[in-house]
Amino acid sequence: MKTLAAESSQKQESDRIINDFSIQVATINGSGSQSSNNVLMRSIFQMGVPVSGKNLFPSNIAGLPTWFTIRASKEGYVARRRDSEILVAMNPQTAYEDVRSLKPGTVCISPVELKLDTIRQDVVHYQVPFTDLAAKATDQIKLRKLLTNMIYVGVVAQLLRIEEAEIDKAIRKQFEGKQKVIDLNLNAAAIGRNWARENLQKRDPYFIERLDKTKGKIIIDGNAAAAIGAMFAGASVVTWYPITPSSSLCETLIDYLKEYRVDKETGKATFAVIQAEDELAAIGMALGAGWAGARSMTSTSGPGISLMAEFAGYGYFTEIPTVIFDIQRVGPSTGMPTRTAQGDIIFAHLLSHGDTKHIVLFPATVEECYEMAMAAFDLAERFQTPVFVLSDLDLGMNNWMSDPFKYPLKPFDRGKVLTAEDLQKLGMFERYKDVDGDGICYRTLPGTKHPLAAYFTRGSGHNERSGYTERPEDYVHLMDRLNRKFNTARKHVPEPIVETAPNASIGIIACGSSHFAVQEGRDQLKAEAQLPVSYCRVRALPFTEHLRHFVEAHDHVYVVDQNRDGQLRDLIRLELPEHTMKIRSVRHYDGLPIDARFISEAILEQER
Amino acid sequence: MVDSLATPKGQAGPAPSTNRIGLTLADYKGSPSTLCDGCGHDAITSQIIKAFYELGVDPYRVAKLSGIGCSSKTPAYFLNRAHGFNAVHGRMPSIATGVSAANKELLQIGISGDGDTASIGIGQFCHVVRRNVPLLYLVENNGVYGLTKGQFSATADIGSRLKSGVVNDLPAIDLCGLAIELGCSFVARSFAGDPKQLVSLLKAAISHNGTAVLDIISPCVTFNNHEGSTKSYKHAKETDIPLHEIGYIPFYEQITVDYQAGEVEEVTMHDGSHVLLKKLGNDYDPTDRVGALNTIRKAYEQQQFLTGLIYIDESKPNFNELMHLVDEPLASLKEDRLRPPKQVLDEIMKSLM
Repeated sequence: MKTLAAESSQKQESDRIINDFSIQVATINGSGSQSSNNVLMRSIFQMGVPVSGKNLFPSNIAGLPTWFTIRASKEGYVARRRDSEILVAMNPQTAYEDVRSLKPGTVCISPVELKLDTIRQDVVHYQVPFTDLAAKATDQIKLRKLLTNMIYVGVVAQLLRIEEAEIDKAIRKQFEGKQKVIDLNLNAAAIGRNWARENLQKRDPYFIERLDKTKGKIIIDGNAAAAIGAMFAGASVVTWYPITPSSSLCETLIDYLKEYRVDKETGKATFAVIQAEDELAAIGMALGAGWAGARSMTSTSGPGISLMAEFAGYGYFTEIPTVIFDIQRVGPSTGMPTRTAQGDIIFAHLLSHGDTKHIVLFPATVEECYEMAMAAFDLAERFQTPVFVLSDLDLGMNNWMSDPFKYPLKPFDRGKVLTAEDLQKLGMFERYKDVDGDGICYRTLPGTKHPLAAYFTRGSGHNERSGYTERPEDYVHLMDRLNRKFNTARKHVPEPIVETAPNASIGIIACGSSHFAVQEGRDQLKAEAQLPVSYCRVRALPFTEHLRHFVEAHDHVYVVDQNRDGQLRDLIRLELPEHTMKIRSVRHYDGLPIDARFISEAILEQER
Repeated sequence: MVDSLATPKGQAGPAPSTNRIGLTLADYKGSPSTLCDGCGHDAITSQIIKAFYELGVDPYRVAKLSGIGCSSKTPAYFLNRAHGFNAVHGRMPSIATGVSAANKELLQIGISGDGDTASIGIGQFCHVVRRNVPLLYLVENNGVYGLTKGQFSATADIGSRLKSGVVNDLPAIDLCGLAIELGCSFVARSFAGDPKQLVSLLKAAISHNGTAVLDIISPCVTFNNHEGSTKSYKHAKETDIPLHEIGYIPFYEQITVDYQAGEVEEVTMHDGSHVLLKKLGNDYDPTDRVGALNTIRKAYEQQQFLTGLIYIDESKPNFNELMHLVDEPLASLKEDRLRPPKQVLDEIMKSLM
């Protein structure tokens, strides 16, 4: 330790690493460290430095290890990085393992009593008497553990030169409205800061310096963004069953709905939120509500999607609008509930027995979580069908920086619904007749006061007049029309975002939360291997014509998947069978968010 | 229009050809039944048609739902002018819950069977009852799976025999007892072969504010009407013990019937209609939840088939009331009520900066 300290204290100004490193905080879950980590992250954000936070947590309430990684990036990169430059090793259970896995030269901040300097001499140790400092912060033994977390924030802030005022501001925001808590935490952070100032000599090159790259930006997680989208989409019947990592979507939505969708005078709600007994019921309620004309939704994750399979097929076959958010986690089965994946792409798309194809949207950013939530309701009502929004744990539960969301300009699209007046004029009504030739029929809502309005919705074979049928030609007629409707959807779903790189002969195709790692990976390939790579970010199923154009414009393409089997790759091969040989695969499936290095290395290896 | 006790004095003659809203009985009919001749379900369908017709309910206000099974086919056989929803097996209650939240003005009738309710759908049955979703939940209970050709269901009595001689050695699930346990606010049991009692119970259930569970023994003439069955016409008739004689007077009519004090219990329904329960010797109180459970349990042990209004509580708020919904149906709200203004988004965005 001493030798290294002597060396690094000689660091020249030019050796400084400013606003470009990751901090990993290892704690025990349930210890309250989440608040401290948010304060640390937010203070860097307030310094104008682009930042992202990833919480790697166990499926457990208290007592198991958890790691929070904060990445500061002056370039604005927000994907996960494999290594961190600074470790705050607060968890004795994992400290030895955590320290052993560090790159040489990493900074390690730890409680002095763990004696971590004895196991690694090639890292920069800052050993802090947290127990003594916590005793100074409060007389109450119960609170010491919590306040220890804010003490390490103070230590880290001092070492990185994060301004005191920004830490204080972030604490005030974190504990908004709770003055006593704010005071305790301000004091704890100050104790950490002062101790570090008086006792630690800076022996590492890492600094946060003020930038102006976060002005006007927001920090939000994807689930909260989707919740805001759902509220502005006018969701009126929300049904759900708690499941990680989806729960916070509905919980946040409930908070917002109570705030903004309750009549101030009467106290009455323009929404119904129902916590169902299971996901079977959650989707049943959502379909019932969609059938009756409400804007309905449910939110779940993989195991819930499995349970919803039967009703999803019902909704497709009987043509009932609803929106299903799937915040993907690692499967199959219970899998790893607190780890991320894109493992439900094929399953959600084809969910149900029999020939079924659902519209699926792939948000990649928090802004798209918001926008696609709104788009999903319009598409569901336009196409009278369940629409899936496939987010994932990484996008849904981690905090992301974003431009503020824009207020929607487009009015709701409520689709083809006939009123009593329409029926009076038409003089006839057949529920499943393709009057317009686009595969989309007209529907009526129960309660429509007209003798022609009623029809019978059934999951069994039905003809154009919604009567029961087992006639072969009726069945084929219906299935072909549903296909026609699906093809119509190709022109209405969000188009891919294509970035063509000059002189690029290869391209990357990806969807959802792989996006930021892909962007950074492309920059790495260009800068380090002089390999320009184009990028097509698919945003929906069914695919649009842009996908074919993109594949045809390149020698070959790499489809990035966060699943073992290359699900997006497989769907693209099915879509473009003549290009099968051009379609290569990059697959990441260890439960952690994909990182840029993984992508650039995988591509370079296959390019050799 | 009125029945049993409630028949106004001095009124007789042919039934009127139209009801109070000017519709004929034919306006309440459905497509022809495809069930077996003599099926109990068809007898129930007739009484459903009669009840809605006589009450003068406008069919467009009704949503008729079902699950899967012989019973669940029947919504196609009544009220062709009402929207129908034949859901997946055992999941009608969740559909009803969603429909009700979306449009609380709809009058929902859900038809289920003993397989659809007591086996695959028992979870949703329990939860729709627990929530008190406005729904007439009618179980056409015959103790067997008809559509799959006669396997026992979970309401088959212990010791009852299939045609093939197989004996059921598992106890029956008593849906009325279960419903009361779960806090159901209207629980009745009847028999497809007793149209008079059935139609009164149906009318009372239509007037009820919340979940009304009607467990109707509805014999399966093909698979469960033989000697040794406890769900046959013969067995039901022989063991049927009515708790009371039931009359129903709709809210738009005066009670003109004469009765001695103490011999009739009168229950005022949420919509102002009245149910009159004429005592039949036993002193049964359908507002006593514990007493109702005891009575059902005793009858089960004595192999008696008790029918009538077993339990009622008109004071319980329904699910939509608990959710404090706006007055108009959520389904009819337009963008101006559903999408908050731009200031709201600005406010939220500011809080996230």
